[in-house]
Amino acid sequence: MHAVSIAAEKIFSIFTWFPVTNTLFTCWVVMAILIILAIFGGRNIKEIPSGIQNVMEAVLDVLQGVFESILGSAKQAREFFGIVATIFIFVLFSNWFGLIPGVGSIGFFKEETVSAEEQTPVTETTSEITPEKPTENVTEATESKPETETKGQETGHKVEFTPLFRASSSDLSFTLAIAIWAVLYVQYMGFKHLKFGYLKKFFNFKNPIHAFVGILELISEFAKMVSFSFRLFGNVFAGEVLLVVMTFLVPIIVPVPFYGLEVFVGAVQAGVFAALTLVFLKGATAHH
Amino acid sequence: MDAESIKLLSASLAIALGALGPAIAIGLIGSKAMEALGRNPEAADKIQPAMILAIAFAEAVAIYALVVALILKFV
Repeated sequence: MHAVSIAAEKIFSIFTWFPVTNTLFTCWVVMAILIILAIFGGRNIKEIPSGIQNVMEAVLDVLQGVFESILGSAKQAREFFGIVATIFIFVLFSNWFGLIPGVGSIGFFKEETVSAEEQTPVTETTSEITPEKPTENVTEATESKPETETKGQETGHKVEFTPLFRASSSDLSFTLAIAIWAVLYVQYMGFKHLKFGYLKKFFNFKNPIHAFVGILELISEFAKMVSFSFRLFGNVFAGEVLLVVMTFLVPIIVPVPFYGLEVFVGAVQAGVFAALTLVFLKGATAHH
Repeated sequence: MDAESIKLLSASLAIALGALGPAIAIGLIGSKAMEALGRNPEAADKIQPAMILAIAFAEAVAIYALVVALILKFV
């Protein structure tokens, strides 16, 4: 079975010192898609919309309505709309891009010798998830760890399949980056609305209980970063593993409901990320 | 018992026990939300988003357990 790896696999390097992984590459592709959509939708804006502009206005309208119902105030929804709607749309497209046929299955084989520095990509072929030599892959998955550790061994060849594209939300770096920015944005909005009164939430020395709660709040800000990133990463990565396992077990018809589950989960997780950011924003900007 | 079998066992135990709590939590959240909706169907627009949010928080704990199980299995 195709060996699943938690870490993203490197596919090429820019200027030989910047490694580009398949998730980073996919992230760039999704960004390109969204930017091109935005450019074409924003051109020649008409009073009565039609075409792409119409679709985008509908989407933004729905999002504005949802944000309003979560926040309870249209003014706040408009204020936080830029960043939170971007988070939602970017995460949604990243999640769904990982389900497009070809993502995760089109890639190339890397033939590696034991000396871990040399990596010569052998052939760039489009291939299915199950490689041509299934037995070799099974042994390679269990032998790869001790092989790379002992250097004085004979040169053995292991053939590893590296997908060219991979859902970017299945990379902890991606989700952690968005999570950190979301939490930092919440802090920024807190300071912007409450000036330095925002610090009273964390450093409140009226009595020992308030002081303790303040410290807990401070720790909980970091816990939010971890929880955001792991929620999205866990859902998408587990979905990937689930699809691979299901396709390996019964390649026909059975993976279809799991595919539907992944589409649903992708949308829900994007929505939960945005909704939680909004709730934290509301909490951070609330006047005590 | 060698390391490989303990790893396998702990991976399965991690997700099995780790999904127990969140499953019960989500069931309780859902049942309380259904109760509230039954008493006051007009408040559905306020209850439903809050319910979904609370379920997402509870599910996150199950995802943490899943990530631990995956790390045990694949790393």
